[in-house]
Amino acid sequence: MKARVHVMLKEGVLDPQGEAVRHALDSLGFDGVEGVRQGKVIELDLADGTSEARIGEMCEKLLANTVIESYRIEVL
Amino acid sequence: MRAAVLVFPGSNCDRDLATAFRAAGFETDMVWHKDTSLPDGVDIVGVPGGFSYGDYLRCGAIAANSPICRALAAHAERGGFVFGPCNGFQILTETGLLPGALLRNAGLKYICRTVPLIVAEQDSVFTRGYAPGEEIRIPIAHHDGNYFADTDTLDRLEGEGLVAFRYAENPNGSQRDIAGILSPNRRVLGMMPHPERAADAGHGGTDGQRLFAHLTEALAAA
Repeated sequence: MKARVHVMLKEGVLDPQGEAVRHALDSLGFDGVEGVRQGKVIELDLADGTSEARIGEMCEKLLANTVIESYRIEVL
Repeated sequence: MRAAVLVFPGSNCDRDLATAFRAAGFETDMVWHKDTSLPDGVDIVGVPGGFSYGDYLRCGAIAANSPICRALAAHAERGGFVFGPCNGFQILTETGLLPGALLRNAGLKYICRTVPLIVAEQDSVFTRGYAPGEEIRIPIAHHDGNYFADTDTLDRLEGEGLVAFRYAENPNGSQRDIAGILSPNRRVLGMMPHPERAADAGHGGTDGQRLFAHLTEALAAA
């Protein structure tokens, strides 16, 4: 089985990289881009039957830093 | 007095830190990241600067989960002293030994220069060699040094006098100009600037030397 973990900076945490991307889009002439947030996607190849709770533990322990990041698990 | 300096793949200030400890009179061992215990009788553990594990995932995240960091956490929980400059600070926040996190610099650039710092708290073995409010000059060299914590944590750090150093001119967007913080028992210090790079006349500045010198005195008296 596969799972995908989406990690994003929490709301209220400044994302200077997203902001730089927004500026770049603006300078390319893409009007109306009001905000960009940049995160990461981590794909996991897992033994069949791995529980979502187990993936949650992986996120809490390593994949996300919950001081600054939130995560969302997508089992594929 | 014994110090141990941890070495991760990608550490690059481990020798600088060991040299500063030795110059201050510490018997100093280097300890590899795969080791599971610290040498007997270690008083202080140095977590060095650099790019442990290539800064993969997040700066310090992989190092924080390495075998030696379990021994580091046990040392800190026993009341042992820990000093982590730069990547060491990032590792200490990732292990949870210090609160908050280090984000990408607000200006997105890697910054490598000597900056003025204010000694914000004198009550610690690390800072008692400085006068309160003293301005010192210490090099910084980081891409992810933008200190972040939630408002309650920042208020608590300030309320309990746990902000050790502040930037006189904030270079990286750190909240409340925070450059370095102490644990509640004041025995763990994490800071983005590098005192070990200003600890010898040959470095072009010696403002970091007092941190190490007073550490030796304080630990000898402890």
